[in-house]
Amino acid sequence: MTVEASGITRRFGDAAALDGVDLTVREGELVALLGPSGSGKTTLLRVIAGLEGMDAGTLRIAGQDMAGVPARERGIGVVFQHYALFRHMKVADNIAFGLDVRPRATRPDRAEMTRRVAALLALVQIPDLARRYPDQLSGGQRQRVALARALAIEPRLLLLDEPFGALDALVRRDVRRWVRGLQERLAITTILVTHDQEEAMEMADRVAVMERGRIVQFDTPSALLDQPATPFVAGFIGDAARLPCRVEGGIARFDPLPVAPLPAAVPDGPATAFLRPSELLAEPGSGATVRLLRPQGGGDAHLVVEAGGLVLDARAAPGSTLARGDACHLVPRGGRVFPTAG
Amino acid sequence: MSAPFRSAAEDAPWARALLALAAITIGVVILALPLAAVFTEALRRGWGVLWAALAEEDTLAAIRLTLIVAAITVPINTIGGLAACWAIAKHDFPGKRLLVVLVELPFSVSPVISGLVFVLIFGAQGWLGPWLQARDVQIIFALPGLVLATIFVTFPFVARTVLPLMQEQGREEEEAAATLGASGWQIFRRVTLPNIRWALLSGILLCNARAMGEFGAVSVVSGHVRGMTNTMPLHVEILYNEYQFAGAFAVAALLALLGLVTLAAKTLLERRGRHA
Repeated sequence: MTVEASGITRRFGDAAALDGVDLTVREGELVALLGPSGSGKTTLLRVIAGLEGMDAGTLRIAGQDMAGVPARERGIGVVFQHYALFRHMKVADNIAFGLDVRPRATRPDRAEMTRRVAALLALVQIPDLARRYPDQLSGGQRQRVALARALAIEPRLLLLDEPFGALDALVRRDVRRWVRGLQERLAITTILVTHDQEEAMEMADRVAVMERGRIVQFDTPSALLDQPATPFVAGFIGDAARLPCRVEGGIARFDPLPVAPLPAAVPDGPATAFLRPSELLAEPGSGATVRLLRPQGGGDAHLVVEAGGLVLDARAAPGSTLARGDACHLVPRGGRVFPTAG
Repeated sequence: MSAPFRSAAEDAPWARALLALAAITIGVVILALPLAAVFTEALRRGWGVLWAALAEEDTLAAIRLTLIVAAITVPINTIGGLAACWAIAKHDFPGKRLLVVLVELPFSVSPVISGLVFVLIFGAQGWLGPWLQARDVQIIFALPGLVLATIFVTFPFVARTVLPLMQEQGREEEEAAATLGASGWQIFRRVTLPNIRWALLSGILLCNARAMGEFGAVSVVSGHVRGMTNTMPLHVEILYNEYQFAGAFAVAALLALLGLVTLAAKTLLERRGRHA
């Protein structure tokens, strides 16, 4: 099931929550909408679900224009951030709800409904919880119920709004891998909203990075890391330090910081370099000081280095024997450089 | 020797005892004693006299009228109150704050004024008076006026009991139901209503208690025609003013009993609501 959004705009009062969003999701793909809070990712998801109107733009799902199609006719499964389980219904009734509200002509009979619920409970691996109420379940179990309930209507598209946010860190990692496996097995087109880049990078085929109501880059996780389109993406994705520099003749120079020059294919002038810890090697030298040192085994170490008033994460250069308090300088092994605007 | 440990939020034993004593005293003197007095007074001359007093024609008419007014008022205020809650809690629209204030208006306005307003609109000298008179429609000093005044005074009960719960529950479950294909009515009946059912029943009971007991507003629009437009509270006053104490206390006891039954039912419901 494809999703094609173009020029979607949604205003709340004067503020534009969505400001001309274009997004195309391919059949069977898992796309993550990633961005800081207030970037419009949840609003975009709600517009696609039909829970929020749009002020401009068009939305097509499987080629069909969604203008004027209410949420209940879209056949989209939604897993809400806090799951929104029906608190007065047992788990089985929650899951059966989408089948039970169908008009009589298309509603499965009791036996078929029971069979479908049992199959879904087995699919989400909680076969014994059918008679429980939502408040008798753990967070992870509730999430599985919410997923089963959304899948019960055999949706052509699955929308997940921060689905792992309410789980603790250990459970979260397991559950998201399991969900990704399930999504692949069912081959269901899925859009996931998250502010956790690790989650987006691990789960998604492609990630749409959102900033202030726009999609600033839509690409595969590795492309986002290697070729960020804007300084915002370079700073937001990966764990990069932001260093001021000056580009002259294709070389970025960091004076007065004790950082060696870095080739940069940008016009001459002031610029900003984004360097990940793995790209910044500390060698014995002068100008910087090793403040903290965390051995990683095999002679490797993660360092925290203080240089010219900045505190930077770096790695020890291979073979170097730096200790806490040693003087050093830094050699960038790679990095992304953007001309400073204005 | 060390003093026994007391948690920070705990008051000294003498303070606790004093507060409890004060609360119990007020409860007994102000609340329980008068109620007991009503029943004692009503039964002083025995069940026979009580029964005879209640069986009097005008008294029976008053009881009947009170029940009719409540039977019309309570369903209207239940539906109206639910509609107001639904609109306020689940939707955004211009004038929403105004609606929230309007819902509470009857609580803050004196019931006498609530009654006077209807006289002003529908009375013989009122805005619509001549128009109504020409068509021979009687609102003031008749059942429609009693019902209107009672609806006005008791409107907040359902709305104020249900609204906080609905607002706390938010819209997520309704939205989930919509994405699963439920229609507006299905969402209301199968998701919203079950979530508020105990609060709603409790609001309905309170509304009913007040609808049967309302005096001020009803007094203004009633005209006090015995056997015709006298509700139970008005009838109690008339009997009392005529020194018919047996009758007055008999009707008062019945009215109080209705209130007590309502309160008991509400308490029971709230207990069930906590476990559901």
